[in-house]
Amino acid sequence: MVAISSWGRLASVDHPLVEFWNCDQVRSSLKKLKTPFLAYGMARSYGDVCLNPGGTLLCTVGLDHFVAFDDINGRIICEAGVLLRDIQRLVIPRGWILPVTPGTQLVTVGGAIANDVHGKNHHALGSFGNHVVRLQVVRSDGEVIHCGPNNRADWFAATVGGMGLTGVITQVEIQLRSVAGPWLSTETVPYSNLDEFFRLADESEHEWEHTVSWVDCISGGGGRGIFTRANPSIIKDRPAPKGTKLTMPVVPPISLVNRFSLHIFNIAYYHLSMLRSGSAIKYYESVLCPLDNVLEWNRIYGPKGFFQYQSLIPREDGKEAVQAMLNEISRFGDGSFLAVLKTFGDRQPVGMMSFPQPGVTLALDFPNRDGRTEKLFQRLDSVVREAKGRLYPAKDARMPKELFAAGYPRLEEFIHYRDPGISSGFSRRLMGH
Amino acid sequence: MQKNKRIVIVGATSAIAERCARVWAKDSHQEIILIGRNQEKIERVSLDLKARAPNVKITRIIADFSNPAEIQKEVDNLFNSGGVDVALIAHGFLPNQRNCEQNLNWCKEALEINAISPVLFAEAFAMRMEKYNRGTIAVIGSVAGDRGRKLNYIYGASKGLIARYLQGLQHRFADTKVKVVLIKPGPTNTPMTAHLKHSGAKLAEADYSAREIVKAIEKGRRVVYVPKIWSGIMLVIRHLPYFVFKRMSL
Repeated sequence: MVAISSWGRLASVDHPLVEFWNCDQVRSSLKKLKTPFLAYGMARSYGDVCLNPGGTLLCTVGLDHFVAFDDINGRIICEAGVLLRDIQRLVIPRGWILPVTPGTQLVTVGGAIANDVHGKNHHALGSFGNHVVRLQVVRSDGEVIHCGPNNRADWFAATVGGMGLTGVITQVEIQLRSVAGPWLSTETVPYSNLDEFFRLADESEHEWEHTVSWVDCISGGGGRGIFTRANPSIIKDRPAPKGTKLTMPVVPPISLVNRFSLHIFNIAYYHLSMLRSGSAIKYYESVLCPLDNVLEWNRIYGPKGFFQYQSLIPREDGKEAVQAMLNEISRFGDGSFLAVLKTFGDRQPVGMMSFPQPGVTLALDFPNRDGRTEKLFQRLDSVVREAKGRLYPAKDARMPKELFAAGYPRLEEFIHYRDPGISSGFSRRLMGH
Repeated sequence: MQKNKRIVIVGATSAIAERCARVWAKDSHQEIILIGRNQEKIERVSLDLKARAPNVKITRIIADFSNPAEIQKEVDNLFNSGGVDVALIAHGFLPNQRNCEQNLNWCKEALEINAISPVLFAEAFAMRMEKYNRGTIAVIGSVAGDRGRKLNYIYGASKGLIARYLQGLQHRFADTKVKVVLIKPGPTNTPMTAHLKHSGAKLAEADYSAREIVKAIEKGRRVVYVPKIWSGIMLVIRHLPYFVFKRMSL
C-alpha cells in the first residue's frame, strides 16, 4: 500500500499500486488484476479523478518510451507515461512544439488526453485532444482498441476527456506544430474591470495566439487584473534560461494563503505588474507554465490542502456570471492569488466529456476550510447552474451530482463506453460506479 | 568529454542501463550498441533512443548471456567492427531469497545471471582492451554486495563476487590505460524494486542514478556509490559488530 494524494492534498489514501514498465505488460496483466483499477500518472489533477480509494492504482510513469518522431511531418508516437516536458525537450530543438500546453508540463501525455487539457491558446488551437491523431487503449478484458478522429471515432470521443474510465491509454500519436524556437513575444496590459477584460480578450483573439489573465478576486469589488498575451517569436538561437528550481520545503501548520496575505499580495502584484507592463520576449515555460519552477507549491495551503474551483460559462452570460462569482468571493474574503480568467474559442473539443466549450473560464484556488469553503462553493454552484455552465472534473473534489449531469449533457452516451473494470473516486461520486 | 565514443551496454533493457543510454544518446556519441536477451524489449529501447537522438547510431544484439562461446563471439565482433570505448555491464535481477533457499535451480539461476555472466562479459572485454591498451569496463554491482545479510544473501553474494572480481581486474590494469569502474547503486526506482516502494522505502530515481553513473564512467572512478550517501551508510553497516548485526532484520 502506498499513501497517495492528488494535487489538492485534501486527503492521503493508501492504495495498492501496480507499476507498468511497458505496454505489453499492460496488455497481458490487466485481465489478472483485481478490479476496480485506474491508471495513475503524475497526480496533477486536484481532486479525485486520479484517485481510487478502495481500489488499485496502475502507475503509468514507467511507460516513458518514445516510439517514433517524424521531424519532417511533426508527428510523434510515444507511450502514455511520457511527460509533456520530455516531449517539449525532444521536439523544440528540432523545430516542433506541442500545440497545446496546460499550466504544468509535469503531466503524462495519457493524463493530458484523459482530461483533455487546455492551454492559454484555446481560442486559437482548441484543447489537447484536437491534436491527437491516434490512441491505443487497453480494456480490462485485454481487448486493445486503436482509435482516432477517423477510426473508431466513437471510442476516440469517449476516451479523450474520458478521465481514464474507458480503458488504460498505453500509446498515443500527436500532430505537433512547427515553431522557430521556444520564445514568445509577450505583452502585458492591466485592466480595471471585466468590461475591459472582455474587450481586451476579444480584440486579442485574432492577433494573439496565447491570452490569459490574472484576476484580483477580492480587491476593489473584484474584476481588475493583468492581461497577458503572447505570440511565438521568430527568435531561435537564444540560450534557454537556466531554470532555477525552488521547492516549498515543508507543509506549514496553517495555510500561508489567508485573507491577510491575500490582500497584501494582490495589491502588490497588481501594482508591480502595472509598472512592468508592456512588451517583452519571454521563454515559453515562464509564460505557459510559470509554476513548474516552484516544486511542491501546493504545500503552501497547509495540512488541510486546497480546492480549485474552475468553471466554464457560455459567453452570453459570461460577464454577469463571472462578476457574480467575484462578488461572492470578495464578500467571502478567502481566496487565492492564483486566480485565472480566460476566454475559450469556438473550436469544439473531440471528447464527449471534454471540459472546454466556447465561453469564459474562471479558475481559483481556495484553502480548505471545510464547511465554510463548501458554503461558498454552493453559492458559486448556483451562479454556474443558472448560467448553464460546467465545472472541470480534473479540478473537482466536491461538485454536486446534478450540476455534473447538467454540465455534461453527453454523460449518458459516455457511460456506454466505460470499462466495467475501471472506476475512480470521481466516477463513484458522480456516476454511481 | 570526447563525444564520439562507441559504447556497448550489456543488459541494455534494465532500467538503470536504459537511463544511462539516454544520457549518452543526448551527448551525441557515435554509436550505442545494445545487447539484450529479449528481442521485443531491446527493440523498444532502441526505438526510444532513435527518436531521442537521430544522429547516434543504435545497434541491437540479442545474445544468450550464459553461453561463454557466444559471449566471446559477440565481443570479438564488436572489436573487429571498430573497437569499444566503454562497456557497461548492467544485467541482473533480484531473486526471491526464500525461493533460492528452497530450490537450488533458482539459486543457480540467480548466481549465473548476477555473478557469472557479468564476469564472462567483463573478461571478454578485458582481453581485447588489454591488447589495445584503451577502454573502460563498468559493471553495475550493488550495495547488497558489501555485507551478506539474511534477507538477500544470494543476490548479495553475486554482487560481492562482482566486487572482488573487479578489484582484481583493477589491479591487473593498474598500470595501463584501461579503466575499470564498479558502480554500487543503492535501492533505485526500477521494476526490480517495485515491491520495496510498498513498504515505504525511499528509492533513488533511475534518471538521477544514470547521470551519476555516466559521470563516474567518464572520470574512470574505481568505486562509486549511487547516490553518494550509500557510501556512508555501507561504511557503518560493514563495520557493525556481529553481535549487533545479527539482531537486525536486514
